[in-house]
Amino acid sequence: MTSPAVSPPSPETERAGILDREGTLAKLLIAPAVLYIVAMIGFPFVLAILYSLSSSTTGDPSLKIVGLRNFGAALSDPVFRIALRNTFLFTLLSQAIVIVLSRVLANALMKAFRGKWIVRFLIMLPWTAPISLGTIGWLWMYDSIFSPIDWVLRYLGALGSAAALFGPQTNLYWLGVPGLAIASVIIVNVWRILPLATVIQLGGLSSIPRDLIEAAEVDGATPWRRTLSITIPLTLPIVSIAFLFGIVFTFTDLVVVYVLTRGGPVHMTQVLSTWTFFKGIEGGDLAQGAAISLFMFPVLAVVAALILRMARRTEVV
Amino acid sequence: MGCVEIRGVSKAFGNVLAVDHVDLVTNEGEFLVLLGPSGCGKTTLLRMIAGIETPTEGEFVIDGRVVTGLPPRLRNIAMVFQSYALYPHMTVFRNIAFPLRARGVDESTVRKKVEWAAGMFQIGRLLDRKPRELSGGERQRVALARAMVREPSVFLLDEPLSNLDALLRTSAREELRQFQRRVGVTTIYVTHDQVEAMGLGDRIVVMSQGKIRQVGTPLDIYRYPADTFVATFVGSPPMNLLEQEDVLLGFRPETFLPADAVEGSEGMVTWPFEVTYTEYLGAERLVYGNVGEKSKGRHVIARLPGSLTLPLDTGKTYPFAVARRDLRRFDRKSGLAVPGDAA
Repeated sequence: MTSPAVSPPSPETERAGILDREGTLAKLLIAPAVLYIVAMIGFPFVLAILYSLSSSTTGDPSLKIVGLRNFGAALSDPVFRIALRNTFLFTLLSQAIVIVLSRVLANALMKAFRGKWIVRFLIMLPWTAPISLGTIGWLWMYDSIFSPIDWVLRYLGALGSAAALFGPQTNLYWLGVPGLAIASVIIVNVWRILPLATVIQLGGLSSIPRDLIEAAEVDGATPWRRTLSITIPLTLPIVSIAFLFGIVFTFTDLVVVYVLTRGGPVHMTQVLSTWTFFKGIEGGDLAQGAAISLFMFPVLAVVAALILRMARRTEVV
Repeated sequence: MGCVEIRGVSKAFGNVLAVDHVDLVTNEGEFLVLLGPSGCGKTTLLRMIAGIETPTEGEFVIDGRVVTGLPPRLRNIAMVFQSYALYPHMTVFRNIAFPLRARGVDESTVRKKVEWAAGMFQIGRLLDRKPRELSGGERQRVALARAMVREPSVFLLDEPLSNLDALLRTSAREELRQFQRRVGVTTIYVTHDQVEAMGLGDRIVVMSQGKIRQVGTPLDIYRYPADTFVATFVGSPPMNLLEQEDVLLGFRPETFLPADAVEGSEGMVTWPFEVTYTEYLGAERLVYGNVGEKSKGRHVIARLPGSLTLPLDTGKTYPFAVARRDLRRFDRKSGLAVPGDAA
């Protein structure tokens, strides 16, 4: 009686607009994503396949299909085989090291201690710096004459004297000796992925309820057993995701090798991405470049599928 | 076997004293309940007995051995956590087997013991399931089985029934008590629920603000509370406290009855009781009101049995009385019971 009458909406001013129709709205909202995928991923991918089957060069980019000849040529090229081996070697070795180191760091960061924030900040720092800048920093670290690493080794007496551990020469020439150059690239790859992996591991560790660890303690488990039976199984899904992401980043990385060694000495640190770049862009052989880059595709497709599967599994648990 | 001694234990978190100079000795095979409101330090005390938390001060002795610095695994205690803390990635079998395997027990013994423990809690058919496939009651049984499987000398329970619904809680309480009687392991049980404490405990330790207020049998605690905290914390509704000159006069709501209904051979105290509100609860009737002259601290509750059907109208005054033997006196300043009341 006392409440004011609510007038019905007049059809003139209030009509169900296009945004009220769920189907239309959904299509509208998803359109940018679809466009992006088609234009930025789908189109270049199809183009890469077409190029790899053609005889295109930067001088003559017309598509003349020549079949699988480019793949055969790539496979019979010894540099390609080194690049293929290196891509797997660098990726697997660096990621194995990353898994171990990131677990150690994450464990340390789980504890409360003074100045924890600054340690966390320093660990995260490499991730915020552009890879190219960071790698240029490392280029100086590995400098053939002024390398600070060599300087420290000389200072400690491990380098530069007759009885020294690493020999009598004054420098190690990090990027000039095949073995050391490979180690150098792997070290930078580890340095680069470590922050991300640490943060992911930290997330995994802190998601384990404290009760479980305490229950295991009371149940009589030694620290080792707690790690093996409780912590590792419970963080396995998230650690796998960190591992797979690390693989994608390292497997496809061009910058580290390009800045540090340009694939040298004598192609000993060449990887698929740099070899693609040198062949296809600098060498002008678009078709060869496309064929080489496509060798990465099967690995990346498998890893991507695994990531999606793992991500779904962590949601369920 | 199974005796815990707590000697002058304190635990400080920053500036807060969570446990404040506690001394306590358990009896062999008894069911001891630590009762208190949340934040009173009971869980911290239990966790220190387990060895998960280290005391700031004091010592713990289990079975005649000082265990203060020892990690939990060297104390031969078992604990059931409020959340049950079942290992989510393991089957029920592996959960129960975990304490045995951690001790390097051989596999055939593990199998036998797990089946024994599972049988005791009737969870034999659940052995292949994961914890997430179990109901709350089943999880609680698995947690108990995991704690019991290695036959510890002390059994610690941290509010193990609080995650169960009310109906289940009553039957779980009964089962827990019967089971404890059967195995006869000294049990320390933490709860904030006085009904659980009264129902389960051989003795109850009432704690508040890190201190022990009273240790006694459920009957002692209920009938002869050591201070006003215990008097008002134990019992629902709480003990009535009336200000009378220099003391607080305490009496349980169920002893405060219409004067005709009170049978006091040694005499009784009668007050005019002005009824302000009545709650009818089926088996009983709660009558709220004021006694005596207008002053503070004269609001009391009477708890009448359902059989007492006499009508009581709001706003009217009736003569109500308490038998003298049911009256307790407390010091107004300290809140401590005045000696002489205890039988």
